[in-house]
Amino acid sequence: MTENGSRAVIARLFYFCRMSLCAVRLLFYINNSGKANNNSGISFRQVIPIYKKDYKKYAEKTAQKSNVLVCCIKAFLVGGAICTFAQWLYNMFITRLGEENTRLLVPVVLIFLTALTTGLGWFDKLAKHAGGGTLVPITGFANAISSAAIDSKNEGWVLGLGSKIFTIAGPVILYGTLASVIYGVVLYLLKLAGAGGA
Amino acid sequence: MSKNDMIFKFENKPAIYSVGTVAGKKEWEGALPGIYDCHCDDDTFGMPTWEQSESEMQRLALNHALAKLAWDDGKLGLLFAGDLINQCTSSGYGLLDFDVPFLGLFGACSTLAEGLIMTAFTVNAGYVNAAAAVTSSHNCSAERQFRFPVEYGGQRTPTSQWTVTGAGAFIVGRRSLLDIEEKLIEAKNASQSQPSPLFTHVRIAEAMPGRSIECGMNDANNMGAAMAPAAGDTLLRYFTVSGTKPSDYDLIITGDLGYEGHRLTGELLAQKGIHLGNNFADCGLLIYDRERQDMHAGGSGCACSALVMGAYILPKIERGELRNVLFIGTGALMSQMSVQQGLPIPAIAHLVRLIYE
Repeated sequence: MTENGSRAVIARLFYFCRMSLCAVRLLFYINNSGKANNNSGISFRQVIPIYKKDYKKYAEKTAQKSNVLVCCIKAFLVGGAICTFAQWLYNMFITRLGEENTRLLVPVVLIFLTALTTGLGWFDKLAKHAGGGTLVPITGFANAISSAAIDSKNEGWVLGLGSKIFTIAGPVILYGTLASVIYGVVLYLLKLAGAGGA
Repeated sequence: MSKNDMIFKFENKPAIYSVGTVAGKKEWEGALPGIYDCHCDDDTFGMPTWEQSESEMQRLALNHALAKLAWDDGKLGLLFAGDLINQCTSSGYGLLDFDVPFLGLFGACSTLAEGLIMTAFTVNAGYVNAAAAVTSSHNCSAERQFRFPVEYGGQRTPTSQWTVTGAGAFIVGRRSLLDIEEKLIEAKNASQSQPSPLFTHVRIAEAMPGRSIECGMNDANNMGAAMAPAAGDTLLRYFTVSGTKPSDYDLIITGDLGYEGHRLTGELLAQKGIHLGNNFADCGLLIYDRERQDMHAGGSGCACSALVMGAYILPKIERGELRNVLFIGTGALMSQMSVQQGLPIPAIAHLVRLIYE
């Protein structure tokens, strides 16, 4: 395989990871925030009838809610700014380095900047307001890895950092790879069908 | 009402002599600024890891409490301590320096109330002259253990609470012991211009340990709602057994229910015909300026009640501003594993009645 070929493969892997990252992270997020588990009411204490069966529903219904509109606007602005910055990088790199290199370099720059700001303690302050705006671009992935790395360095290089660095990003990598395999199979089948039809 | 619903009355009325409080930066700058014994601007307390910082806070807190009495650790008969970290390691390491028999406690955020109940039991029974209840929590170590890495960029829901960084040590002793020591206290007062940091009028009168209660809440970002039924249960049992009503007390203060739990507890008890008035407060709502500090539903953690009770409520009792206080330490007894498995969160609420005497 030529050097360009392997670069193309890596760039494609990046792309798959990013796409599946969005889906998996959002699923993960929804699963955690919504907790759609319906195992309430298994052992309600009936001694005092203060505990209505619908306590959980009531508590959730009356709980303070996030302002969805404000959150969306903030996420859109920050996410849009990150993507615009990435596009600017792309435009700047592509004239000098060619498309293959640019496809690799743009995410690399974003990952580096995220890791740096995470280490300086700035990233979580932005992410607190931006939400999905920093979570969905590759910055969310880089922050998940670098924050876990910083956090676990006290437990040692091997069993601490080595094993815990992927505690948040691990599912993304696993299901991202799985998704790219499925995508490849589907693509292969489509090509086969296309070839048969022609 | 079951037959084991009883209030433990302490006829010897164990006294809280001295309290040491250690706070983090956000607490020091919170809604009750600068009332704690010491604080650290970067929350590390000079330690390399967050867990060690928490241990250091416990050591500092107990040292402050002992120093106020001009005691060494030989005067303490027992230590009851607990925290939120796995296997209560913060207490184990933090209290290494003290040559005192140590009994570890786990009651999540209700550890302070549990510790006060245990010290009151042992002191009231006469087994020891003085015992200490120590507890701590650290925002960063709790975030690491229960949620995400400290630097992880995520959004918190409006119902989530902020774990308080701090530690508190409460020295509880026999009443007669206080009389003997009172001369010493007076002597110490005379040399200082400021009022004594010691307490001579705060007594533990009654206690009612809580039961483990779960009402189906399994959202770890809404602990207040999970703990509200437990607080409601303990208060309801207490009012029923003692035959009193909320207006009989100067203050009814819960540990760390936060905005959600505070509201739900009031609503649950209102359904049972018990109306909590303006004397119903919550440490989690008092400790931070929720708007300015962006604290969402308020504070939580062992240190939440330890800091507010030790540095704000007990001095008020000491000055006679509050004479009859119900303190309900609330805790959510979940682990990271139980939350991941989707199990509902059981909660507990221990009640301690503090009086001015």
